[in-house]
Amino acid sequence: MYSAIVFLPLLGAIIAGAIALFGSYRAAMVGAPADGSDAGHHDHAAHAHDDHGHDAHAHDAHGHDDHGHGDHGHAPAAPGSRPAEIVTTGLLFVSAILAWIAFFTITSPDGSPVRVDVLPWMQSGTLSFNWAFRIDTLTAVMLILVTTVSSLVHLYSWGYMSHDEHRPRFFSYLSLFTFAMLMLVTSDNLVQMFFGWEGVGLASYLLIGFWFQRPSANAAAIKAFVVNRVGDFGFVLGIFALFVLFGSVDFDTIFANAGGIVGTKIHFLSWDLDALTVACLLLFVGAMGKSAQFLLHTWLPDAMEGPTPVSALIHAATMVTAGVFMVARMSPLFGLSETALTVVTFFGATTAFFAATIGLVQNDIKRVIAYSTCSQLGYMFVGLGTGAFATGIFHLLTHGFFKALLFLCAGSVIHAVSGEQDMRKMGGLRKRIPVTYWAMIAGTLAITGFPFTAGYFSKDAIIEAAYVAENPLSGYAWFLTVVAALLTSFYSWRLIFMTFHGEPRASAEVMAHVHESPKVMTIPLVVLSFGAIFAGMILSNRFIGEGYGEFWKSALFMNPENHVLHAMHELPETIKLAPTVMMVIGFLLTYWFYIRSPNIPKQLAAEQPLLYRFLLNKWYFDELYDFLFVRPVKWLGRFLWKKGDGWLIDGFGPDGVSARVVDVTNRVVRLQTGYVYHYAFAMLIGIAALVTWMMFAG
Amino acid sequence: MTSWPILSTVTFLPAVGALLLLTIRGDDAASRRNIYWIALWTTIVTFLVSLLIWKDFDNSNAGFQFVEQAGWLGDKIGYSMGVDGISMLFVILTTFLMPACIIASKFSVQKRFREYMIAFLLLETLMIGVFCATDLVLFYVFFEAGLIPMFLIIGIWGGPRRVYAAFKFFLYTLLGSVLMLLAIMAMYWQAGTTDIPTLLNHSFPASMQTWLWIAFFASFAVKMPMWPVHTWLPDAHVEAPTAGSVILAGVLLKMGGYGFLRFSLPMFPLASADFAPFIYTLSIVAIIYTSLVALMQEDMKKLIAYSSVAHMGYVTMGIFTMNPQGVEGAIFQMLSHGIVSGALFLCVGVVYDRMHTREISAYGGLVNRMPFYGVVFLLFTMANVGLPGTSAFVGEFLTLLGAFRANTWVSFFAATGVILSAAYALWLYRRVMLGPLVKPELKSMFDLSRREATILVPLLVLTIFFGVYPKPVFNVTSASVDNLITNYQAALSAAGKLAVAVK
Repeated sequence: MYSAIVFLPLLGAIIAGAIALFGSYRAAMVGAPADGSDAGHHDHAAHAHDDHGHDAHAHDAHGHDDHGHGDHGHAPAAPGSRPAEIVTTGLLFVSAILAWIAFFTITSPDGSPVRVDVLPWMQSGTLSFNWAFRIDTLTAVMLILVTTVSSLVHLYSWGYMSHDEHRPRFFSYLSLFTFAMLMLVTSDNLVQMFFGWEGVGLASYLLIGFWFQRPSANAAAIKAFVVNRVGDFGFVLGIFALFVLFGSVDFDTIFANAGGIVGTKIHFLSWDLDALTVACLLLFVGAMGKSAQFLLHTWLPDAMEGPTPVSALIHAATMVTAGVFMVARMSPLFGLSETALTVVTFFGATTAFFAATIGLVQNDIKRVIAYSTCSQLGYMFVGLGTGAFATGIFHLLTHGFFKALLFLCAGSVIHAVSGEQDMRKMGGLRKRIPVTYWAMIAGTLAITGFPFTAGYFSKDAIIEAAYVAENPLSGYAWFLTVVAALLTSFYSWRLIFMTFHGEPRASAEVMAHVHESPKVMTIPLVVLSFGAIFAGMILSNRFIGEGYGEFWKSALFMNPENHVLHAMHELPETIKLAPTVMMVIGFLLTYWFYIRSPNIPKQLAAEQPLLYRFLLNKWYFDELYDFLFVRPVKWLGRFLWKKGDGWLIDGFGPDGVSARVVDVTNRVVRLQTGYVYHYAFAMLIGIAALVTWMMFAG
Repeated sequence: MTSWPILSTVTFLPAVGALLLLTIRGDDAASRRNIYWIALWTTIVTFLVSLLIWKDFDNSNAGFQFVEQAGWLGDKIGYSMGVDGISMLFVILTTFLMPACIIASKFSVQKRFREYMIAFLLLETLMIGVFCATDLVLFYVFFEAGLIPMFLIIGIWGGPRRVYAAFKFFLYTLLGSVLMLLAIMAMYWQAGTTDIPTLLNHSFPASMQTWLWIAFFASFAVKMPMWPVHTWLPDAHVEAPTAGSVILAGVLLKMGGYGFLRFSLPMFPLASADFAPFIYTLSIVAIIYTSLVALMQEDMKKLIAYSSVAHMGYVTMGIFTMNPQGVEGAIFQMLSHGIVSGALFLCVGVVYDRMHTREISAYGGLVNRMPFYGVVFLLFTMANVGLPGTSAFVGEFLTLLGAFRANTWVSFFAATGVILSAAYALWLYRRVMLGPLVKPELKSMFDLSRREATILVPLLVLTIFFGVYPKPVFNVTSASVDNLITNYQAALSAAGKLAVAVK
């Protein structure tokens, strides 16, 4: 059953991929010369193909348009689009049902972790590991999140992508992503996790660049992959460090021996450092890349170039949380290193605050949600950093539901307004798309932590945990997360007000087209709304309350000296109320700014141009990185090529020598008649000399 | 075990095919077809026969197998052949890549078709001979003679700057081979034999090892190629015809790494230990420097050539870590790189045959017209990047792991290649394949023909197969590598040097 959960999406991806490939190959080969002749020399086909659909591609004309929307002229859909949709979506629903069964089996009081061996992988010296699945409560939680959101997103995409001509390819990528993500969460060793890790990176690259005709999408795709690789650089070094320490990359071995490593030193680079801390921090670099934490966050907003369902699935609910999952999975190590936890807390809190400030002023509806995701991921890391890993995972799960919901709602909005993404050109949509509106309200209530919604339980738990945690930065974390709660409330309601309330700012033509999305899109919204509202209530007790031990069993490590979960429940009421108060203040402020007197934001921006520009330009990180890394690397590459290889090595090496030779001989020797025979001759003489010498002297 | 001389059969079958080709006269379409089919069948049969070697190979035997011996030059220098876990798979790699090269050349080679095929078949004989020879002189003959067909292939069927490229190749290799010849003479003088198995158990005096090591290094470093003697490679690749590039990247580069494993490490262990930091430095420089250079290339083949140098940096680094992961990773990396870089050059060949240019800026948006090619090229690009699930990851991961165990700085710097390779490979893919198709001359291009797909798909299947299930390779290599490392450490401890216990 566990293999089926993981491999069914792969099967779907392969089938849909084959459909996509076969269809486009047939189309591309219309009029191609028969096999056996000199294929493709272009004099053959100068006349053919100008009428072909692939040439006149529709997407470029869309400008900011997020999806291949109907009214423009577009090419016919790829053959087999519907079968591809049915196969991938059907298999994912089966996978999701199995995942829920697995979840209830594993987390039931008498359930126990399962291990499934699939195939041996690498074996070299003492290094040996398999392709294998390891399903415990942590994995089961991720399984239901990934398969549920993924199957809903598949379904939603039937409607959202209905005008796109490359649907089989799209669904193939989505399923491929799901497979890689499932491999990541079910992995039994670090290297398989790395496989899933890079696999989701590949799928993310493909999906961000799905509309490959757009330069901005291609740039964003590469940026996402390369920035993630910076994180992976740390991740692999972390794997190596753990192998050196434990002689294995299997989780079971590592976790069983983690206690014995405390206090050991490792010689890393030129220093002797605490082994556990080094390994954890290296792994955390990987987590920072994947989960878009401060300093490695720049790719996430750009990733919004992908279709909106992709943003919902990959860049909100699942892939970006892989870093959080990884830290939780490695909790037996992180839990033993105070320093590592402090660093995690620092980056989490900083990101939570920093991303929220940028979210305040963005005008692109998807970018607001993207920065919100970034900020919420920061919250999760703060939760992990307290040592009470369950709080981070709890928020991961609830966030998965409500953030996927918010993105899908945003997609529905974009679908309604003919592909517009700028909120300044929206407004007044509330009555026109009521289902989307109410679903988005549900998501917003959840993310802002309105009492008894999902975010209220999970986000507030993190803030409380930060307050009681005993690490040096817990005060810093508590302060920033509380402030971020206010900012969260502000930017979330700002989005609602700008999009749905007030006077319509879109053109009359667009407004005439506004329509509620089809059922395949609204049903996922409704399902996720229930998740966003009730998930916290239902699961809170098991995740972080009294049911903790029975639910998690041994999946998450809890340092015996860590009493965060316990202390959280004995906080004074004033502290407990802080985030809720912040939420209310945020709401009132937004209401005042955007409903009562809509001129205030403009005035503020005009009065504080520096601050406004600083936030609008995302703290100038892109410009900074471009200046610090991109340009110098390109310059260095060119310098090494032209000066290093060309001038230095060649100039003083072969070219210089040959120039001297040519000077001396002063004639050009043609190759066929010259050097080869010289060489062959020289070699023959050499061998002859050698042989002669050996036979007579030896 | 078979009793017939299977290694000699595999080695000289292509030469027999070349002789057959000599009988064909004429340059019309019919004789062209005959030449093609004879060459193709020769390489296919050679490949099939070579598979018997793998089938009968005894994985647990660390020594040489299928040994053949005959008198040759006097009683001191014998004709002796044999393969062990280190060399066997290179034989298979060579025979596997050859049919692809023949098929790839079917239309792209216009002039002197017969001579071209003869050159390739002879080249195959000589390359297989390098990996099978267990006599130093025999090895040297194969090793150096193999360059002649390659010279001809570049020099006659190459691009416009072929003379320059071949000349550069010549200058570099000449230096190395002269030194190696001197070293071989010195070894014979000292040990009294040129038999490799005997030499493997002979211990040379420490002072002599240093000089011998340097002489062999000169030859192998050029072949590898290692920085800073790599500059012949981009030029040679750019000028060589597609199939020539495939063989150059796929097999000829591996001879350097094979040489280090066969000679430098086991015969000169003390010198190898002394020089290891030197090799690490060169490897790291190669990885970072050539990756940066690759980033800025304007010619597709040059870019892939520079990326090859970077990947060979992982190999040299892995070999000199002298632990099982590093060495096996290096072997695996060489095999995998043989497939992946060969395939990448074939991919470039596909568009070169259509457009007759390798300028990156001449392309753009090809995936619109060539979806199948887009998929194949993407997968090989990802393999070049070292994505887990492809064979390249296994090699890269193991060599980096081996390096981490040997020296964390080395691993730290080498791992930056992970970032840089993603940058240059994806940027190349974007510039060539993605974006709108606007250039008018590209609009009439067709996707892969059945012939091109026949070459590329098997390579693709192997890339993924060995990425997911590399065990067959490890089964072959592990015994010989363990033996190599054990002997190496024994030699070090015998010399009183500190040997870190690695396993």
